[in-house]
Amino acid sequence: MNRRQTLKTLFLAPLSGAVIASSGCFSATLKNGSSSINWTRLPTEYSYGRTKAEMMVDQSLFAEIYFRESELITIAVLCDIILPNDHPNGGALDAGLPDFVEFMVKDRAQHKLQARGGIAWLNSYAIDRFGSDFLAITEAERLQICDDIAYPEETDPKLQTGIKFFALMRDLTLTGYYTTELGFRDLGYEGNTPNIWDGVPDEVLRRHGKSYDLEWLSKCIDQPTRNVLAEWDDDMNLIS
Amino acid sequence: MAEQIYDAIIIGSGAGGGMATHQLANAGLKVALVEAGDFYDPANETQRTQLRYPWESPRRGASTRLRPFGDYNSCIGGWELDGEPYTQKDDTEFMWWRGRMLGGRTNHWGRISLRFGPLDFKRKDVDGLGDNWPIGYEEIKPYYDKVDKLIGVFGSNEGLYNDPDGYFLPAPKPRLHELYYIDGARKLNVPVIPARKSILTKKINSERGVCFYCGQCSRACGIHADFSSSTVLIYPTLNGGQVDLLTNSMVREITTDSEGKATGVRYINKFNTQEQELKGRSVVVAASACSTARILLNSKSARHENGLGNSSDHVGRYLHDSTGASRAAFLPDLMDREIYNEDGVGGMHVYTPWWLEGRKLDFTRGYHLEIGGGMGMPSYGFGFAVNQYNKYLGERVGGYGNQLRDDIRRFYGSRLSIACRGESVPQYNNRCELDPSVVDQWGIPVLRFDYRWTQHEINQARHMQDTMEELLEASGGILLGSKPGADENYGLTQPGEIIHEVGTTRMGTDPKTSVTNEFGQLHDVKNVFVADAGTFVSQADKNPTWTILALAWRTSDYIIEQMKQRNI
Repeated sequence: MNRRQTLKTLFLAPLSGAVIASSGCFSATLKNGSSSINWTRLPTEYSYGRTKAEMMVDQSLFAEIYFRESELITIAVLCDIILPNDHPNGGALDAGLPDFVEFMVKDRAQHKLQARGGIAWLNSYAIDRFGSDFLAITEAERLQICDDIAYPEETDPKLQTGIKFFALMRDLTLTGYYTTELGFRDLGYEGNTPNIWDGVPDEVLRRHGKSYDLEWLSKCIDQPTRNVLAEWDDDMNLIS
Repeated sequence: MAEQIYDAIIIGSGAGGGMATHQLANAGLKVALVEAGDFYDPANETQRTQLRYPWESPRRGASTRLRPFGDYNSCIGGWELDGEPYTQKDDTEFMWWRGRMLGGRTNHWGRISLRFGPLDFKRKDVDGLGDNWPIGYEEIKPYYDKVDKLIGVFGSNEGLYNDPDGYFLPAPKPRLHELYYIDGARKLNVPVIPARKSILTKKINSERGVCFYCGQCSRACGIHADFSSSTVLIYPTLNGGQVDLLTNSMVREITTDSEGKATGVRYINKFNTQEQELKGRSVVVAASACSTARILLNSKSARHENGLGNSSDHVGRYLHDSTGASRAAFLPDLMDREIYNEDGVGGMHVYTPWWLEGRKLDFTRGYHLEIGGGMGMPSYGFGFAVNQYNKYLGERVGGYGNQLRDDIRRFYGSRLSIACRGESVPQYNNRCELDPSVVDQWGIPVLRFDYRWTQHEINQARHMQDTMEELLEASGGILLGSKPGADENYGLTQPGEIIHEVGTTRMGTDPKTSVTNEFGQLHDVKNVFVADAGTFVSQADKNPTWTILALAWRTSDYIIEQMKQRNI
């Protein structure tokens, strides 16, 4: 099932320069004049067994506008850094992460201020280090900033806000990616489908030095008999 | 047209109400089944959550206030319901889960189906605390046997005295992390046996499907391979003409005549908020322990000034829930796993029953251990703190870029967790009562909770923590997080949090200290019966559903017999 819609193009823009074009795309002149950013749009209508009350919650979340365009672009840039697209299974932008992050931050109100404040902190830090806000500096400079805040064991007190914010973006990016078809492919997840569980594959058991002992196996379903009607004797012994 | 007078009006469609409906309707009684929530069918496309992929939800299965256990959990209800508050006395923090759907909480429970053992009915004889049940294992055993065969439960006969054998279906084979747990437990001489769950690993009749191992029992099964009251007990009765099902009907009170005998129920039709009445020869309350207490307390009349069945002032008292604590570990042996489908049945395939009966401990009641882990389907939260285990490997935590993909695969399925579920000691002073000043949106007085753990539960939680650490380490795990100390009650869950609340209308032989007799019949009103866990005198360390079902069946037999004898 491919629920993705069309691509939306966003150009990296300094905060002051964003203009909404009639096509629904964002465009602006960049300081370095070269980069643009695109991502797969996620649907805004879902059907997944909701009650009426739940449908109303979802609808109001989709209708709500929380992030400014520049904030959304900043999120997109961070998602792209965290899980780049240059991979056979695609990356954050292919998986529509900016839309997902935007939805989740609205859905989990405790993240709203953390995200907005984190982006503001990022811009302030970028100005301190490189003289311009995060979207206006070069890609190499952005990566240097990420190097400062991507490691939670870093103890410098002045970086802690950034570290927490980056951790939030990393969590949302990974969870958002691995809950899409691209992420399933990347992980190799094979479940969520009817099957017959008949134990750990032999070669896996061997590798782990484990085995099923016969006494335990005697208590387990012999799968070829699963469709045979269960019958017991009067002493609680299954006899079919 | 003459007014319909039902033989039985059953309030609530969970385990107890479903069983009563099934038995009474099959015996030819005319039954009204009244449910406060909506009709629910897990196979209905507009309600189905089973087999959905995470991307079918905008929040990828994350929890919401309306679905506290996640987007795809089949619960409709939760800890908070709009317009239906409950309150707390003093510093009490009771958590009250209410299901609002046909089948109630049986749609999304863990299907752990444990018989109580002989000791569980006579705990006062063992430790001098609380009270004995008026019945013992021998009285209820025939009903457990029948429940096993009617509903189906997998497990194994182990000959354990207080974890009785049953008519089991064969168990599913353990998963890899469970084999690690088995080896760890055996090193410590802690028993470990196949789980016992009401999931069909084998065919028991032609109506229900056999498990196809999606691991999603909490989403309710579209082919009815797991037990839900609605799919297994109620649906089969709906076309026989014996049962009138009223959904979205919130019972305000049980009505009585001048003699004090029940005449029916008054309920609110939630569609038009009109108050309506049903007439019946008997009323079976199975609204869940606390809701049942609330209905009885709200059913005041000249003959029942203190509420129905409450001349003893025991309705709402002895409320108790299971204790709980949990811990997790990282198993380095499970890094870089081969990936294959190990969804299995919903939840654990193996567990540890209580194994220290009779030992001298600083608490009195037991607990069992539930095992978690495995390569589950990613949903919201997957990949959080992606490479936190790097610190145990001497590698840097954090970062960004494509190496995170390697971290994801490296640690996928490398976690082993244990959750303990224990028995608390019932207390006279732990109760729910009517709040004197708060009503819900229909003007019905709400419950106020007053509940404190005793030192027994706190000491038990400390023991749970020690046990979990030993077992996780013996299984090859590196413990995650820190061990909660005395300041956190050793990680003991809040009262109500395990959703095993029982005891509010306990059974007994003395009408001064109990609400019902051994058949769930109110001492004060002969034609009103309780068929949920309210009648439990004590809860054991066992999940209550199998005992609710057995008792409800026994109560149904009694009702049928009493009607034949024209006693009601």
